[in-house]
Amino acid sequence: MSHISEGADIRNPIAAGARLGLAEPSLASVGDYIALMKPRVMSLVVFTALVGLAVAPGSLHPVTGFTALLCIAVGAGAAGALNMWYDADIDAVMTRTARRPVPMGRVQPGEALAFGLTLASFAVVVLGLLVNVLAAALLAFTIFFYVAVYTMWLKRSTPQNIVIGGAAGAFPPMIGWAAVTGSLSLEPVLLFMIIFFWTPPHFWALALYRTEDYARAGIPMLPVVAGDASTRRHILLYTLILVPIGIAPWPLGFAGALYGITAIVSGTIMLALACQVLRERRPAERASRHLFAFSILYLFLLFAVLLVERGWGGLLARWAA
Amino acid sequence: MSLGIAMNEQLKDDGIVLTEAQKRARRSRSIAIALSLAALVVLFYAMTLVKGPMLLIRPM
Repeated sequence: MSHISEGADIRNPIAAGARLGLAEPSLASVGDYIALMKPRVMSLVVFTALVGLAVAPGSLHPVTGFTALLCIAVGAGAAGALNMWYDADIDAVMTRTARRPVPMGRVQPGEALAFGLTLASFAVVVLGLLVNVLAAALLAFTIFFYVAVYTMWLKRSTPQNIVIGGAAGAFPPMIGWAAVTGSLSLEPVLLFMIIFFWTPPHFWALALYRTEDYARAGIPMLPVVAGDASTRRHILLYTLILVPIGIAPWPLGFAGALYGITAIVSGTIMLALACQVLRERRPAERASRHLFAFSILYLFLLFAVLLVERGWGGLLARWAA
Repeated sequence: MSLGIAMNEQLKDDGIVLTEAQKRARRSRSIAIALSLAALVVLFYAMTLVKGPMLLIRPM
């Protein structure tokens, strides 16, 4: 050992401890652990689960409803933490994700893994004990699907990663519905399908102007593997499937006229934007950015109107009962 | 005795000495864990009041 490093060891016993194989005490803040839970994704999960819970028939005490949403939120956070644990290597080379706690070294991978597993266990067990077993089973499957099927397998191996993996993000309304009814039916499956078919155009629009980022990380996103033109055609194809599914709750009697009008108008805008993306050529990325931004508003609008039209009255009646 | 060996002896005696930043981070994490556990206690208490004996009967 050189004299310089000996001097450094005296001034910094932590570094010396690390050199001796002792665990270095963590500098992670509470904020870092919150960041591990992907709070923005969590908020969308909670919102769609709330809609599933609110439109479901039957009664549910508000405390039970709150518990169900809390467990779904924590379960989503657990999945996010486990995703960041596994994906730390590719997060470090992507501009969008390089500042996450694990690649930045503020949270050790083992800490993220332990945090995610603990939260996942708590969320599933508490949902099963306090609400019902079907909702807990669906939550457990969702976490498994997102972490094992999407993160560990599909994301690095196929351009269909976000198509199949998108199912994980589509489950929350089904869990909300199951929390109230203890069963499943066509209506929550329809909500599932709306999110499932919304996911590809949403993420491919993002991938179109982040292609270099994904390529550098070695993720086989569709624009990286199949190229721009193919991705643009796929976006239009999936939007063509999404729009009628988005409208379907109205003719099927699950939603009213306000929902129908909202779904038709916002669906038409989605289609128009998808057509613009089809015509756009690099280096222009304006249409892709517009589609990405509007797709978030589209999904929010559909579920918000459904909540107002179907769920809000139901929620108030349940709370008053 | 070299400085390295002296350092090893010091670590064996005192363990790892935390910096002020590490102490603050540990304290904030400890408070967050305490609050989470307290919230869990309140949640289970509230659910017991809401469901009563039905808490043990869980529909599929």
